[in-house]
Amino acid sequence: MALSARMKRNVTGWALILPLVLILIPFFVLPIIGVAVTSFLESDGFGGIIPNFTWDNYLTLFSSDLTFNLYWSTVKFTFFTWVFSLFFGFWVAYFLVFHVRNQLFALGLFLLCTVPFWTSNIIRMISWIPLLGKEGLINSALLAAGIIDQPLEVLLFSSLAVVIAYVHQLTIFMIVPIFNSMARIDKRLVEAAVDAGASKFDVVRLIVLPMCKSGIALGSIFVVSIVMGDFFVVKVMSGGGTASVVGAFYEDIGVLQYPSAAASAILLTVIVFLMVVAILRTVDVRKELS
Amino acid sequence: MSATDNALAEQAVRGRAAGRRRTGGRSWTFYVLLALFIFYVIALYGPMICIYILSFQDVRGGLVFPMKGFSLHWFVDLFTQVRTGDVKGSFDRSFKLAIIVTILTVVISFMSGLAFRKRFRGDTIVFYLMIGSLVAPGLVLGIGIGLIWSYLGLEASWYTSALGAQLSWTLPFGILVMFAVMSRFQNAWEEAARDLGASPMQTIRLVVLPIIAPGLIAVALFGFTLSYDEFARTLQTAGSLNTLPLEIWSMTLNVTSPSLYSLGTVTTIISFVIIGVSLGAIYLIQKRRAARVAND
Repeated sequence: MALSARMKRNVTGWALILPLVLILIPFFVLPIIGVAVTSFLESDGFGGIIPNFTWDNYLTLFSSDLTFNLYWSTVKFTFFTWVFSLFFGFWVAYFLVFHVRNQLFALGLFLLCTVPFWTSNIIRMISWIPLLGKEGLINSALLAAGIIDQPLEVLLFSSLAVVIAYVHQLTIFMIVPIFNSMARIDKRLVEAAVDAGASKFDVVRLIVLPMCKSGIALGSIFVVSIVMGDFFVVKVMSGGGTASVVGAFYEDIGVLQYPSAAASAILLTVIVFLMVVAILRTVDVRKELS
Repeated sequence: MSATDNALAEQAVRGRAAGRRRTGGRSWTFYVLLALFIFYVIALYGPMICIYILSFQDVRGGLVFPMKGFSLHWFVDLFTQVRTGDVKGSFDRSFKLAIIVTILTVVISFMSGLAFRKRFRGDTIVFYLMIGSLVAPGLVLGIGIGLIWSYLGLEASWYTSALGAQLSWTLPFGILVMFAVMSRFQNAWEEAARDLGASPMQTIRLVVLPIIAPGLIAVALFGFTLSYDEFARTLQTAGSLNTLPLEIWSMTLNVTSPSLYSLGTVTTIISFVIIGVSLGAIYLIQKRRAARVAND
């Protein structure tokens, strides 16, 4: 009897999960296996692949300073983007949930925050040109105010611009899950804490933060995996001065170095996977389900 | 306790509540956070508003301020010029694709969310495959899918290979959001429905779905945004007909005119229309639910 109940649970589970599996196999599992296999093959140097097993692609990857530098710069971008998007995401969600009293109005403001994300990423990056560019508004204003006497070049096409663009694009990925988990907090709990003498700081630290841990974890997973896997923003906003892991991969593809490109892709996937697993270990998102 | 005592006590409680409203409700933290929120919204919209304004320049217009003249020249240019490519067609495709992706993401995320609530054999493997699909660089997967497609002799197109490639990206997002949504759901409600004789389908349709409907809208928002803007995975899988992000990308390579800005203006107007519709949908759902509660 117990056995058949478990069987039934397995059947229901698999029936419900089947569509997901049917998408993941052709569009994730097979391509990634293909890439993984390629990463262990030899290149003939002219875009061809020789089907001989070799560790060389990985050995070259690990022995190169370039790899280290690429990862260092990408991890730096990820870190700064994470910090700033978490800061803005948390407090914007906090404001909407705890300070806006009309629920529909809060929802309206929430959607107001999401509108720009429905326009093209590229357009949003380009839209920084009139502001940050050499003849842009910020430089003009600073020049007019006499604070600087030469346009600041560091504003656009720099690491600063890359981080600004990332935060601009990705804060929403923090706001949505944090807002979601904050909205779940019973307001009476906060009131009870205040009545019991908790300060505002205590309320945030002892009630709000622990209760929206899963939202923060989800947002962090989204931001980390997007920034680590991106090359686009770095390419456009750094003006070509800074490289990224995926950017280097793209260049490898351009010069037909498929096996070494594949090896770096696998390495990146493994590293980001480990980062996400680390986040999931800290906050068990699945445990929240039962 | 006499009636006056009661009234007094009530008055005291009400007075304290009013006092809290006066002092605690709108305290300094409110203003600090309000300022932060306004700063965020300005930073979010500021650059966009600049390009909306600049898109209305006349033919002499450039990419930066000051504004040169006022006309709809660049909008006409956007839809008529050959060099700007097939904006209308690509927008059409992107929009249809985003709608399909959104619907599939909501349905499959919902089913997967239900599946992951109970443990079943192999659930951990599926879960980590999903995480893998989320973290694998989009460009890499796109190239891999493109190669498999050409190996199998299939023709890549936006509604087959690109659709699947985008789903492998939107589903992990949708399902993870679903986790957050479903954790709000108490098993007791489901058990109550079962005890009252509801079938599993009835429980889902009449109990689970109505409660998590607002959460499903969040999943839908994610699905639409991610698909509509997806570049890396679509690049190698869309086939011969471009989606909007690909079109814009090729535009930025050979167009440096305010046409680009007018494209930004047009896409934003469309977004506002969609948001209006979804807000209306949420409002209607809440109103209907309130009416149902009132009737009971």
